[in-house]
Amino acid sequence: MTILSTKNLTKSYGKKTALSQINLEISRGRIIGLLGPNGSGKSTFIKIAAGLLVPTAGEIIIDGQPPGVDTKAKVSYLSERTYLNDWMRVSEIIAFFEDFYADFNRIKAENMLKDLNINPDDRLKTMSKGTKEKVQLILVMSRQAELYLLDEPIGGVDPAARDYILNTIITNYKEEASVIISTHLIADVEQILDDIIFINQGELALSSSVDEIRETHNKSVDGLFREVFKC
Amino acid sequence: MKWIIDSDRPIYKQLVEQIELRIISGIYAPGEKLESVREMAMDAGVNPNTMQKALAELERMGLVFAQRTSGRFITEDMKVIEEAKKGLAVQEISAFLEKMKKLGMGRNEILELMEKIEEGEKEDDHIKH
Repeated sequence: MTILSTKNLTKSYGKKTALSQINLEISRGRIIGLLGPNGSGKSTFIKIAAGLLVPTAGEIIIDGQPPGVDTKAKVSYLSERTYLNDWMRVSEIIAFFEDFYADFNRIKAENMLKDLNINPDDRLKTMSKGTKEKVQLILVMSRQAELYLLDEPIGGVDPAARDYILNTIITNYKEEASVIISTHLIADVEQILDDIIFINQGELALSSSVDEIRETHNKSVDGLFREVFKC
Repeated sequence: MKWIIDSDRPIYKQLVEQIELRIISGIYAPGEKLESVREMAMDAGVNPNTMQKALAELERMGLVFAQRTSGRFITEDMKVIEEAKKGLAVQEISAFLEKMKKLGMGRNEILELMEKIEEGEKEDDHIKH
């Protein structure tokens, strides 16, 4: 069962090609690491899947449809930058999400806030960068989505919160849902990944399961990445 | 017992080994019910699919069995556990002998040293008591 597939997916910004002829099939019930050096096209891919960018050529299908209103209701997207208004309180943003997304689970969000010692009455602008990131991830993971697109979800948070967040990711998604995580902190996430996709300069370099990589290369994904993308 | 996962070998294989060890050493008692796949995965910090794969392998080995409605249990067949124990011991000893060979140690030398070390441990015990 496929949740996301692409055919010759290509995106150019003027003369610059960000993604070139990507062919992929992502099954349900998997956690996928989207890995690549800076500027390889990871965020472009995620933004296209989230419906924020339109492909230049080729196609992308999510649960049978191209990105649009219907897919946005089943895709939970964590952007690399905050888009929330920072004068808002966490409790107000939660009300916002509850209003906006039918699959939002308020109780889940409140429990996670409690676990991470975040006061729902605090305004975003009074929070550190890491805490803001935690709030955003809580909002995104509190939806019962079919597909989660997480663009650099753990970049700014401390190691203890990182463990909590990774645990949240493996325990919170439904069995038929999939999670795509783009990151360069590979060593931190590889224990929870099923599959990995390496992209380099907009092209698909490798798509494989984590166990397959360890079996055939006797190397961690992190080790293989360092070898493939050696500067 | 903590889960220890190396970065260069398939994760499910390491989970199989560590659960096997828990069964052999009695941390998981014969007939004991295992936690759900999700709980075990969370405890080990791994993907539930990976834990599922490890448990399927342990089922194939006969160390774990699934009951359709009530979950997964450790085998009550002591013969299977005993055999797993022997298998693991053989593995460990082979690895040990391989290392000794690299050090240039012969059979008699090894045995002599082992006895000496064992005696030393006994003496230590006397001093303690």
